[in-house]
Amino acid sequence: MPSEYRLILKHLDQPGYTPDLDCYLRHDGYHVLRQALALAPRPGPDGKPISPQEQLRHEVTLSGLRGRGGAGFSCGLKWSLVDRKSGKPIYLVCNADESEPGTFKDRQVIYKDPHQLLEGLILSSYANDVHLAYIYIRGEFVEGARILERALAEARAQGFLGRNILGSGYDLEVYVHRGAGAYICGEETGLLESLEGKRPYPRVKPPYFPAVLGLYLCPTIVNNVETLCAVKHVMALGGAEYAKLGTPNNTGTRLVSLSGHIQRPGYYEIEVGKVTLGELIFDPAFGNGLRPSRRLKAIIPGGVSAKIFKAGEKVKVKRPGPDGRELEQTLDVLELPYDFTSLTAAGSMSGSGAIIVLDDTTDMVSALANISEFFAHESCGQCTPCREGSLWLAKALRRLTQGAGRAQDAEYLARIADSIPGGRTICAFGEACSWPVQSTVAKFKDEFVARGKDHEARRTAAAQAGETAK
Amino acid sequence: MSAAAVVTSPAPPSSDTVNVTVDGRTVAVPRLLPDWRGKLVPTTMIQACEQAGVEVPHYCYHAKLPVAGNCRMCLVEYGLPALGPEGQPLRKPDGSLAVKKSPRPAIACATPISPGMEIYTATPEVQQMRASVLEFLLINHPLDCPICDQAGECKLQEYSVEYGHAASRFVETKVHKPKQVDLGPRIMLDDERCILCTRCIRFTRDLAGDDALGIVNRGSYNTLAAYPGRAFDNPYTLNTVDLCPVGALTAKDFRFQMRVWFLKETKSLCTSCGTGCNVLIGSRENRILRYTPRANDAVNVCWLCDHGRLNYRWIGRPDRLRQLAGSRLPAPTWDAALTEVAQRLRHAVPGSVAVVASARLANEELYLIRRLAQHTGAATDIVPRSGPGDAWLIHADKNPNSLGAQRLGISADPAGSRLSQFAAAIGQGTLRTLLVFGEDVTPRGLGPELLDRLECLVVSDILPNRTTERAHVLLPGCAHAEKCGSFTNVHGRVQRFFKAVEPPGGARPEVEFLRELLQRVSGEPQPDTAEGLFHRMAAEVPAFAGLTWAGLGDTGAARPPEAERVRPRADATAG
Repeated sequence: MPSEYRLILKHLDQPGYTPDLDCYLRHDGYHVLRQALALAPRPGPDGKPISPQEQLRHEVTLSGLRGRGGAGFSCGLKWSLVDRKSGKPIYLVCNADESEPGTFKDRQVIYKDPHQLLEGLILSSYANDVHLAYIYIRGEFVEGARILERALAEARAQGFLGRNILGSGYDLEVYVHRGAGAYICGEETGLLESLEGKRPYPRVKPPYFPAVLGLYLCPTIVNNVETLCAVKHVMALGGAEYAKLGTPNNTGTRLVSLSGHIQRPGYYEIEVGKVTLGELIFDPAFGNGLRPSRRLKAIIPGGVSAKIFKAGEKVKVKRPGPDGRELEQTLDVLELPYDFTSLTAAGSMSGSGAIIVLDDTTDMVSALANISEFFAHESCGQCTPCREGSLWLAKALRRLTQGAGRAQDAEYLARIADSIPGGRTICAFGEACSWPVQSTVAKFKDEFVARGKDHEARRTAAAQAGETAK
Repeated sequence: MSAAAVVTSPAPPSSDTVNVTVDGRTVAVPRLLPDWRGKLVPTTMIQACEQAGVEVPHYCYHAKLPVAGNCRMCLVEYGLPALGPEGQPLRKPDGSLAVKKSPRPAIACATPISPGMEIYTATPEVQQMRASVLEFLLINHPLDCPICDQAGECKLQEYSVEYGHAASRFVETKVHKPKQVDLGPRIMLDDERCILCTRCIRFTRDLAGDDALGIVNRGSYNTLAAYPGRAFDNPYTLNTVDLCPVGALTAKDFRFQMRVWFLKETKSLCTSCGTGCNVLIGSRENRILRYTPRANDAVNVCWLCDHGRLNYRWIGRPDRLRQLAGSRLPAPTWDAALTEVAQRLRHAVPGSVAVVASARLANEELYLIRRLAQHTGAATDIVPRSGPGDAWLIHADKNPNSLGAQRLGISADPAGSRLSQFAAAIGQGTLRTLLVFGEDVTPRGLGPELLDRLECLVVSDILPNRTTERAHVLLPGCAHAEKCGSFTNVHGRVQRFFKAVEPPGGARPEVEFLRELLQRVSGEPQPDTAEGLFHRMAAEVPAFAGLTWAGLGDTGAARPPEAERVRPRADATAG
């Protein structure tokens, strides 16, 4: 029986659990931080001492933790790329700009258990010799920003933040910075620009890799809210122990946002890869299936920028067989383990962990038009293909939903979408705005063609009626 | 105004090179090349391609601006040496290094090269990417080139022809944006034509030090704008018009005046201050229509100040002096005029003649004046001219050739200090003949009543003034745009300028009539070409020794000032 595995969400919906520091402390809060700050240097194999910070970073590497923001990049590797010899300060920025449509996991932690995030943030800062950290929070999370400010004040008052944290000699200050309502601020270099007070134009990489030239051109780590929370649990369990959760290369637990045409939408925490997409949708522990007499039509498995799956779609995935050797298997999309590797192998991604379920009442043309409208509105407009392509796609889809479609519009949309992704743009928004179009038009092409033909037929009929009337 | 200093690119060490292959041709390129500030940084693909003679089309990239990487026109494919499991380079059966092509393209403007890199600029994929970028740029761009002032020097037009598709697939409505936006006193903006390359923004922010321009709105509705409620009005705004690859930013002074393909372009110099910015004069049917900067890394890089750029209208003023005149003019011919003046100079008592020459005259002209003064024992000086300067292109010395005048011994030390002696000598009656070339001396202590006491006042000038009014012999002269010669800028760089337009009426270049006058006074033949004259000057005047006319080339030759005393005190005020 698949079931939730609540690590990050362990307390936060328990009756009586409140976001204040007292409650957090009653639940063993900041215990991991105390332990970490008490760590002593340990002699390494070569006799040279290993600093507590290095030991903590090593645990994160051992844990196999992958970033929970969307790209699934190894957290340990990200930390290892930080330029620690530049002589410049190292910054840590918590990306709390959760705005991928369908995603509503980080906000649960921020609103209901802010100190868990702060503990993870302080631990990560300590492990990376960071003395100044920022929480960049989505502008719409007004209450969330207040809650975090309150939590920071509490933590400061109790000596978990500020100068000489818990008598360890370690100093850290954390600031909350509210965004102004732009999706692109979730892109890490756009976020850094915004944090510097500029338009959130994502930076060109190379040379602006945050680990080397990040905030104020200093080495910077940008980690998602959930990732920082997971760091706390990595430190609590130890990296090796944490890595036993989930599946190899997809370790730990993950928050999943389940929405759309299902009976139990909501947020769930699972061991990565231990639950299939089908179980997440149909199992009573999770989505509990579709509404009565509805049939599954499509699944967006990782936020709206992920490529869509069609119900019944078969995908080829390489997975380790019983003997450990890699086997190529053909699976129904519902049989896909919900993890980073499998979904990428199946041609989509688990992205931000947001699953949107669409049943047979969905008009795919309208659904895609809605998604494209979002991306056209959120493109920052810095680079040409995304700036012009995102609005072009939205306009064409608007036309297709407003009776002015053409039979060739499916092909037209696909060709426009093909000209945006694949490294042609500065950031991954190019992929984000074109993947849904490429995949939806390809997999539901008949609907798009039929819509265009229908519109053409109506126009022809209207024109003939007009001729006859003359 | 904070401003970038004029930088001279240091030559990179030649041994420090990297081998890359561009479209199958291997070239050794420097590992480091100067960036927009002149700082040596790792060479980029676009620079390597340029060194290999392969042009990579681009809009936002500009060698003298910080890289933005936004237009995506310079996307290329590339490969790197393939590495084996132990990181060792893999070799093909023939022993050459195996190269693994990157699955993703890269922007050539921002991607550094590495040893063994192969750059592919002509693959079908690259061609497709260019075509699609052009398609994207054009879908919301007005397709009205015939009424666009940029036509003829528009990168969108040029690349569309070279790399684009003829037909458009776009059937949606275009985005409409503000047109005829009055951005500032000198610039008009058409936002619909803007391709959002941000060259103007980067120039204004990073070079002119004025954070005046930015982009508002989002996505395809992005719109270039000046800071709300503020005019775009720094001393360097018109450079954005040159930088604009399309017809979005146009100069109020030039827009709709002339189709650019009708313009004749002449290499010249700006004469508004001692910096000596290199310009191209755009003229048509004997009328000057614009100055544009001409690249010279040692002087103005590729920039001009607005004042200098717009300071050309006087050349075509209707009240230009075009006829010989004066009460001592025996007949209205140059021959008669020069004979009269020569006769007077030959018979003058030593010490009774003085010359005021303009530091706006060319080196060659000042050289002739120097010889003339030597023959007649005349004292000489110039009229110094100073004004506000800045730390960039605008120099406090408002004469284009002060250093030339100093090196040729024309100007006193300090410049202009002899003018009061001239005034006193006129008052005492010892100075009886005054030659004034290109200056109004009346505000400089040589007022009309003093000039009226002279036996003979010979004046040449371009425009009428209170000195020309009193001339006994008035010789109509030429603007620099009407003749050929050289100036020495404040840093000692000797640079050439050439004739763009004909002088009006009977006006003649000073260099011509000074040569004739000197021949008549000295009885010695003088070279009758700019080149010959320059070489004679170089042979005679140590400050020009070793220079040749041809050797000056397009960007001049440096002769740094030995003594920096020529500069008027830099009473620079912040612009």
